[in-house]
Amino acid sequence: MNPLLTPVILLTGFLGSGKTTLLQRLLTDPSMEGAAVLINEFGEVGLDHHLLDRIDDNVVLLKSGCICCTVRGEVADALSNLESLRARGEVAFDRVVIETTGLADPYPVLQTLTAHPVLRSHFTNGGVLTTVDAVNAINQVAHRAEAVRQIAAADRIVLTKTDLVEPKQEQALRDRLARINPASRIVTTGEDVSSILGGFEPMSLDQTLTWEPPAEHECHPGCDHDAHGHSHHEHHHAHHHDDALGVTSFSLVIEGPIDWTIFGAWLTLLLYRYGDRIFRVKGILALDGEDKPVAIHGVQHLVHAPTHMEHWPEGPRSSRLVFILEGLSPDLIRRSFSAFTGVSRVRTAA
Amino acid sequence: MCSLCGILGCDDHWTNAIARPGVYTHNHDMQSRRAEGMRRMKAVNSILSYRRLKLDVWQGRSYVVTSPTGASSVFEALSHLWPEAEALAGRAFDPLDEGMISWMEERQGA
Repeated sequence: MNPLLTPVILLTGFLGSGKTTLLQRLLTDPSMEGAAVLINEFGEVGLDHHLLDRIDDNVVLLKSGCICCTVRGEVADALSNLESLRARGEVAFDRVVIETTGLADPYPVLQTLTAHPVLRSHFTNGGVLTTVDAVNAINQVAHRAEAVRQIAAADRIVLTKTDLVEPKQEQALRDRLARINPASRIVTTGEDVSSILGGFEPMSLDQTLTWEPPAEHECHPGCDHDAHGHSHHEHHHAHHHDDALGVTSFSLVIEGPIDWTIFGAWLTLLLYRYGDRIFRVKGILALDGEDKPVAIHGVQHLVHAPTHMEHWPEGPRSSRLVFILEGLSPDLIRRSFSAFTGVSRVRTAA
Repeated sequence: MCSLCGILGCDDHWTNAIARPGVYTHNHDMQSRRAEGMRRMKAVNSILSYRRLKLDVWQGRSYVVTSPTGASSVFEALSHLWPEAEALAGRAFDPLDEGMISWMEERQGA
């Protein structure tokens, strides 16, 4: 992360999932002392800011409803105003937290940070923190696309209300969340703030790098796929489905060097056409002529500037691209990648 | 960056990032930027030829995409390429379309 840019942490999560409670906890931590807070409240009367103890010049309430449509300009205005105040020495902050409404799609705010001609010179995506209600999340992810998009966009998932469910129920939810977003670490709200925020960066690819595909599963008569999260036979169990909304996560494992320019043309066209259904793409690439791996990270239509990684993780030096998407065939994406880039040794993995 | 337009070449696009610490880019100097621009043009034209379109630089500053009938469309940044190309072709460029994948596979095999 560029040290000259102020990180903006997006705190999101479905309605009632404990965003404000978590924000209150985070703000008590010394590391968050210098945080400015923007709160978006759906509805005419903002309530959540009253729940925060620290009401001061650094807490701004965004008024105009759902953050994913009407408020985009207001987020930009609020951040611009904060920056102006800081430039004049009237406030000081070293990071910003934006608490979204429970119905928000995180993508427009991330896009605003990246695309806004002024903001992108001062702020950077500090990561997406998504709260997930252990009691109701199973039902929410089965029926609400907003909940799935928030989970898919997460760099870290914070489980809340785990004291209200049985360990078995919590584990089932963890399994489900891992299938929707295998690249995000899951913590619980009861953990230390340092644990919740530790190593929390949008470009962190730790989970991607350490996330090994499970052993090939042998089917047998009466095999209960739903019980263990495996996928359809025709895809050789190479991806996971979140059944109700058709959300799939899988990765392309690519052997051999990739031409960066051709890859860029392919992924750009793919996201132009299907960015509204590709919630997340994240991975490391072995590029033609490069010794070090290159990391890429995207949410829907938005792809952040690619970064050079210091070294390859242990194990084979193959490229790996993780996709979280809805209603698209992993095998078609694999074939498309090969057809456009000319790299034939590509397989899909869970 | 216009995320809805399928950006390919505007200054802050991820495929054409400005050189800065930590960021991977081919834009290290004028020469490498120009060479990368040529490579990008070639890669894009390979895809555009599926609908018999062609992309060129127009007056050194803009781009023009032309159809085999002579229709053309000029635009300032490659960010607008895909919507312009689709409007000119009257059809979509779908990288997951079976026909397009097969066509690209044949080209790779040729």
